[in-house]
Amino acid sequence: MLIVTCVKQVPDTTQVKVDPVTGTLIREGVPFIINPFDTYALEESLRLKEKYGFNVAVISMGPPNTEVTLRKALSLGADEVILLSDRAFGGADTLATSLVLAEAIKKLGQTQEVAMVICGRQTIDGDTAQVGPGIATRLGYSQLTLVDHIENVDLKAKTIVVRRRLEGRHEIVQAPLPAMIAVLREINRPRYPIVPMRLFAQDAPVTLWNNKVMGLKEDTIGLKGSATQVRKIFSPQREKGEIIGDGIKYPEAAAGLLIQRLIEKNILCL
Amino acid sequence: MSLNISTIVFAAAIMLFCWSCYRRFRLLLIGKAEDRFKDAGRRIWSVLYYAFGQRCTVSHGYRFGWNHLVLFWSFMILLVANTEFMLEGLFPNYISFSLLPSSIYHPLAVLIEIASVLALLAVCIAITRRLAFPPKYIEARSRDAFIILGLIALLMLAFFGLHASKIAQGNEEAASYMPVSEFLASTFLKNGSPGSLNGYSEAFWWLHAIVLLGFLNYLPFSKHMHILAGIPNVFFRSLTKVNTQPREEFKKGNTYGVGKIDQFTWKGLFDSYSCTECGRCSDNCPATETGKLLNPRLVIHDIKVNLLKNGPPNRKETELPLIGGGKEGSISEEVLWACTTCGACMEVCPVFIEHVPKIVDMRRNLVEMSAKVPDELLSLFENMEQRSNPWGIVPSERAKWAALADVKTFVAGETQYLFYVGCFGAYDARSRKVSIAISRILNSSGISWGILGKDELCCGDSLRRLGNEFVFDRMVMENSKIFKEKGIKKIITQCPHCYNTLKNDYRQYGMELEVIHHTEFINEMIRSGKLKLNGTNDRGNLVFHDSCYLGRYNGIYEAPRSVISSVTGRAPIEMDRHNDRSFCCGAGGGRMWMEEGTGKRINVERAEEALKKNPATICVCCPYCMTMFEDGLKGIKADVQVLDLAEIVSEALK
Ligand SMILES: Cc1cc2nc3c(=O)[nH]c(=O)nc-3n(C[C@H](O)[C@H](O)[C@H](O)COP(=O)(O)OP(=O)(O)OC[C@H]3O[C@@H](n4cnc5c(N)ncnc54)[C@H](O)[C@@H]3O)c2cc1C
Ligand code: SF4
Ligand code: SF4
Repeated sequence: MLIVTCVKQVPDTTQVKVDPVTGTLIREGVPFIINPFDTYALEESLRLKEKYGFNVAVISMGPPNTEVTLRKALSLGADEVILLSDRAFGGADTLATSLVLAEAIKKLGQTQEVAMVICGRQTIDGDTAQVGPGIATRLGYSQLTLVDHIENVDLKAKTIVVRRRLEGRHEIVQAPLPAMIAVLREINRPRYPIVPMRLFAQDAPVTLWNNKVMGLKEDTIGLKGSATQVRKIFSPQREKGEIIGDGIKYPEAAAGLLIQRLIEKNILCL
Repeated sequence: MSLNISTIVFAAAIMLFCWSCYRRFRLLLIGKAEDRFKDAGRRIWSVLYYAFGQRCTVSHGYRFGWNHLVLFWSFMILLVANTEFMLEGLFPNYISFSLLPSSIYHPLAVLIEIASVLALLAVCIAITRRLAFPPKYIEARSRDAFIILGLIALLMLAFFGLHASKIAQGNEEAASYMPVSEFLASTFLKNGSPGSLNGYSEAFWWLHAIVLLGFLNYLPFSKHMHILAGIPNVFFRSLTKVNTQPREEFKKGNTYGVGKIDQFTWKGLFDSYSCTECGRCSDNCPATETGKLLNPRLVIHDIKVNLLKNGPPNRKETELPLIGGGKEGSISEEVLWACTTCGACMEVCPVFIEHVPKIVDMRRNLVEMSAKVPDELLSLFENMEQRSNPWGIVPSERAKWAALADVKTFVAGETQYLFYVGCFGAYDARSRKVSIAISRILNSSGISWGILGKDELCCGDSLRRLGNEFVFDRMVMENSKIFKEKGIKKIITQCPHCYNTLKNDYRQYGMELEVIHHTEFINEMIRSGKLKLNGTNDRGNLVFHDSCYLGRYNGIYEAPRSVISSVTGRAPIEMDRHNDRSFCCGAGGGRMWMEEGTGKRINVERAEEALKKNPATICVCCPYCMTMFEDGLKGIKADVQVLDLAEIVSEALK
């Protein structure tokens, strides 16, 4: 049985700036990283693999350089990686992205039964947290979001029990497989790749599925298949703050002033 | 008579000894190859100076080292005497010194007599010391130690008994050259009948024989194996300072680091045989001292035990893992992570055992082969790999500090010196001030210098010491590329860790850089008169702390002291542990990035040591030491300033 892990390669957003004139992202020189949440999704897949003997396939839709991220997945122990890359996929919103990913999962399901799709909670660039649910909806899978612990998988009965973390409470949910699971950072601690695996991953095969392979209708994918179009990107202006006291020379006095101010503004009360 | 029996007994005992030695030393062959023969001339000189001259045991203010020197030399002389005794035992009536011409025999007799007295005295002192003023670690008083000392004492007593009875029998032609034996004979055996004297003589001869053969056969199984392995180990020592670790080749099918005993080199294994268990390494280890699990002597001991257990051929499974087995002969992960790589252990080891490379090798195995690392290191490794700094701060912030100073960017073909700021100097708020002070000094000295700004990368020191050689290797490649592209040849560093890494580690990659630490640079500039100081700046009691990577790693002790004298008008106050015996601040070897949960904090221990000298200022030359001292002083004493040497100099500039 197969676990499909969805990972996205994202620009290191802490290093991204918005061009104030054109209002577009300055991507030049910004390194790409694996979407941090997705490292937890991959780790959880690998742990399930070790525990239950699943195969782990990692899929990612993105430009050709996404290969780097997929090799990293291989070095951590993924069995198979698939890059979904085609000019026609470009400019996709969550609707179009989840379509391509769902179709790829279906395609994988032709050779091996898919038990789970594991996604990150959200990405650090798009931040919508919609792709996972989109996939679940399209494929008709159980939809388990905000998961911080997988309690049990029953392969005979084909059910899974997970813990979801909601505001102020936990929810233990049992659901039939196949299921889409979107994980939180708290779920695990991602492993570090060992060197022999890194070397192996350097020239292991990365399967490319472009639209010739996928054969999807042009008006359902990419920019054309997207329901949302970006009109403008801008950095919100922030009012300049005020420096209270001299925190370097008299930290205690400065802290006193700060507390007083917070009390005045009714943010703190004694 | 006893003649034929003695031949048989001696032959058997000697064969048994050779067999035990063969069985032990053959195990070294399971180790990996390593060339330790090159430069034989210097090696022989080392043996003469350190082993025969006993420089290694009497050094570092070890008073009892003198006792060992006496014992050592008595032993050397007695080796001659006992070789004769053994040959005599093997071939009775054919071999004896007494057959030599008396011009040789007589002086030899005196010499042996003196050596025996001295050996007996030295053994008595050693026993008294162990009973009355025991060394810190408990094993100095082990059964092993007392057995050996007792055997030596007994051997000497048998020797005197034998000679005294021979003299009383009138069978010793050189009696007048054996004052002690002569005295014993005339005092105790004067009235012995010929029969009883013969009995004494024979009894003492056999006592001597049995003790000697027993001693010989006990050697390979005791800590006194160092009598056999110590001197060769001095011959095989590293002829350069052990301030780097060897490169690894990253190729499919290779294994990395040391996870099993046969992955050490033969020299690594030989080290474990040469350990004298003197305990100097652990006495000086900041980890041992502050109650951590790490004890460098035990690391070496465990390697030996593991080798004896897993080394013999035809063993099926290695039931005793080298790392993590939780019993003697196995080293726990916690032990390996506790090392600050301060090098104090290697500095004082009398037989030049190399502890740090072994510890790093085992860390490499944990990181590279099984990814078993303390949680804190996972983010460090990621940050280093992704953003080339320990905190994962955005690289574009690297040059931010420079806005506050008069700094230029390094221009290929124009600028002469690169000021390699380092991660601390660039990102850490406190160390940025030191970077600014250094910039001021560089400007005042009038040299042409520049920085790489946001193009600067981390040198990789912590990664190498933590055993993440794979990522270190990549970082060296990236840095080397930048240095080559920009034609950088001369580098001034702020941090001793950058200094050591660029200077000693990068050499393995063909990078011959002239690397200068800022203390050396400032000293040079003051001496040559290029830096003008505004009279003396008395700073009250100023205590100086030696950074391990400057001092022990690179022998820089004088430069900072001489700068302090020039600037403040008086020499710095020395802490109890200083120069090559200095005590680590606790941050080296990647410890900076790890929790310190067990025992006392190393930096607190060191800060308290500094406070004993009642300082107004503590002067450091390293951003790690700076952080550790400031942290260590927190909550103890707030009115002591911790300053970098550069800050003190910068304030004293005209
Ligand atoms: C304001 C805005 C502007 C944008 N502008 C552009 C643009 O100009 N050009 C452009 O190409 N894109 C653009 N995008 C990106 C695009 O719309 C989304 O990134 C994409 O649809 C995925 O949504 P997300 O990043 O919010 O993922 P989320 O729904 O937050 O991701 C949840 C999980 O789904 C999985 N996942 C998400 N995306 C992928 C993927 N590609 N491959 C594999 N798994 C995935 C991961 O497991 C992830 O953790 C923009 C997004 C926003 C919000
Ligand atoms: S290098 Fe320092 S910390 Fe490490 S074992 Fe030696 S003395 Fe102890
Ligand atoms: S390793 Fe060296 S210093 Fe430590 S106990 Fe052995 S001989 Fe002594």
